[in-house]
Amino acid sequence: MYESRKPMDEESATEPGQSEPGDSVIATHGLTKRYRGGQLAVDGLDLTVPAGSVFGFLGPNGSGKTTTIRMLMGLIEPTSGTARVLGRPMPRASRTVLPHVGALIEGPALYGFLSGRDNLLRYDAADPTADPRTRRTRVATALDRVGLTAAAGKKAKAYSLGMKQRLGLAAALLQPRRLLVLDEPTNGLDPQGMREIRSLVRELASDGTTVFLSSHLLDEIEQVCTHAAVMAQGRLITQGAVADLAAGVRGRLVVTTPDSGDAARVLKEQGAADVVVTDDRVTAEPPDRDLAEVNAALVTAGVRVRGFGVERASLEDAFVALTGEGFDVAG
Amino acid sequence: MSQAEAAGSLRAPRLLWTFGLLRSELLTTFRRWRTIALLAVLAGVPILVGIAVKIETSGGSSVGEGRGGGGGPAFISQITNNGLFLVFTALAATLPFFLPMAIGVIAGDAIAGEANSGTLRYLLVAPAGRTRLLLTKYATVMAFCLVATLVVAVSALTVGAILFPLGELTTISGTQISFTEGLGRALLIALIVAVSLIGVAALGLFVSTLTSSGIAAMATTVGLLITIQILDQIPQLHAIQPYFFSHYWLSFADLMRDPVYWDDLVKNLEIQALYAAVFGSAAWARFTAKDITA
Repeated sequence: MYESRKPMDEESATEPGQSEPGDSVIATHGLTKRYRGGQLAVDGLDLTVPAGSVFGFLGPNGSGKTTTIRMLMGLIEPTSGTARVLGRPMPRASRTVLPHVGALIEGPALYGFLSGRDNLLRYDAADPTADPRTRRTRVATALDRVGLTAAAGKKAKAYSLGMKQRLGLAAALLQPRRLLVLDEPTNGLDPQGMREIRSLVRELASDGTTVFLSSHLLDEIEQVCTHAAVMAQGRLITQGAVADLAAGVRGRLVVTTPDSGDAARVLKEQGAADVVVTDDRVTAEPPDRDLAEVNAALVTAGVRVRGFGVERASLEDAFVALTGEGFDVAG
Repeated sequence: MSQAEAAGSLRAPRLLWTFGLLRSELLTTFRRWRTIALLAVLAGVPILVGIAVKIETSGGSSVGEGRGGGGGPAFISQITNNGLFLVFTALAATLPFFLPMAIGVIAGDAIAGEANSGTLRYLLVAPAGRTRLLLTKYATVMAFCLVATLVVAVSALTVGAILFPLGELTTISGTQISFTEGLGRALLIALIVAVSLIGVAALGLFVSTLTSSGIAAMATTVGLLITIQILDQIPQLHAIQPYFFSHYWLSFADLMRDPVYWDDLVKNLEIQALYAAVFGSAAWARFTAKDITA
């Protein structure tokens, strides 16, 4: 169902932006950041983001996601460990790596006294590899891509949160990028805006851009990401293909019946654990035996079965299983 | 062709393109209302001085009699004879406080203001490059020094020309020089005044790299300026006073001597170069090693 996308170019790896198919776009080893107060924000992180993937980066507030992203972008010096982006060490190779990277970090930041268009012109001018001759065209294209053309002349301080978010995205799209780092890109957007961003992410990914996406919306990650990693308290709990992560967790047996009380009793007798009854639905962890026999036992006991089946585990189930007690979605 | 393939053939930085940031910085700085307001205040000072002198002398008496001691006031009594002296007076009046305060605001806000609004992280991932961004900021602050000084000078010259006669002028040494030469010296003085502000600019930029609050950086810079100005007035501290960035500021009056007395002018330039080197290096060391968490 999910397929890791391979990068489309196969040219030589002399340019920093180039990476061989199958290479990792981001690779960290023992990446650690201890702030001056002694607080350990990121602890021995070994993160691998495959080229061409849409990589979901998850974790509750204070789990070290933002610190990690800042280290990857060369804004923060790691205390120990290494981080390689597009095959080059960060932060040392910032000047060669970052022109290939578009980033939205901890929400957009704009010059309120400048118009949306002038904000983009300024950010583009900050990039010494950006051709000033094509600057206006590229800015107009980026504005169009996020649906801000009509509001381009308005002062950014008059923008709503959603419009600011879109302008931040436009800044990340000023150039063709090898890697997009998007921290909570759908924050402040209405459902329609969220859908637009999701389809934009898919479109970019299908062009071969690797997208590194942090989000607290699990279903969003499940909808667009091919790979995911989960952080908690500065440590990486797991990483891998989304399909594998979800497959690692067993689905739940669901029985729909008007005789829910009897059904629950029979299921327990059959060895099912964690039986939960809600109205006419009885769910449980499937027992280690042929489910056909479980169904036969239900019918033999006089339980009228309307529906019987196993629901596939969602990513959320995977995280509940991983973090033990549910995933703090406030992050 | 896919996005990624286009990205694969990405360009290397071009020397000329790196100046795009400076252009953008200048445009951004001089389009801000705050900058325009500061320049408007500076332009207002010569107007006030000119009108005050005109009103006070309308009865025929001359101003400043008996108290023409310092570099500044020596000029004020001559304004009624020659409007060009309003340029020197206005620069002498704004140099101790108004001009450096304006520089302190712009320099203090240079990095800290960007950090405060979060735009700093986006400039750095663009990637602007820390050294390049710092140099761009310093160049812009120095451009503001020059523009601010010229605003005072041009405003003073305009007001002087409207309210008072123009013509040959008498130097401090008592010799006569032509109006054209006087104008040339006025321009030279404006340049020297602008250069005198380089030290404050470097100091402000350094302070700006220490904090993520633009207001705190501005307040600290202006506070340091006032403190130094006060310390410079305390006779017991004369041993260290030559190292204050403001100590030789009023030496620009020596350009109105005939022949020009260069000693203090050179000392002023030396001290400004020293401050630029010391605090410029400190700002660079701090900014290139700083964790950007804002």
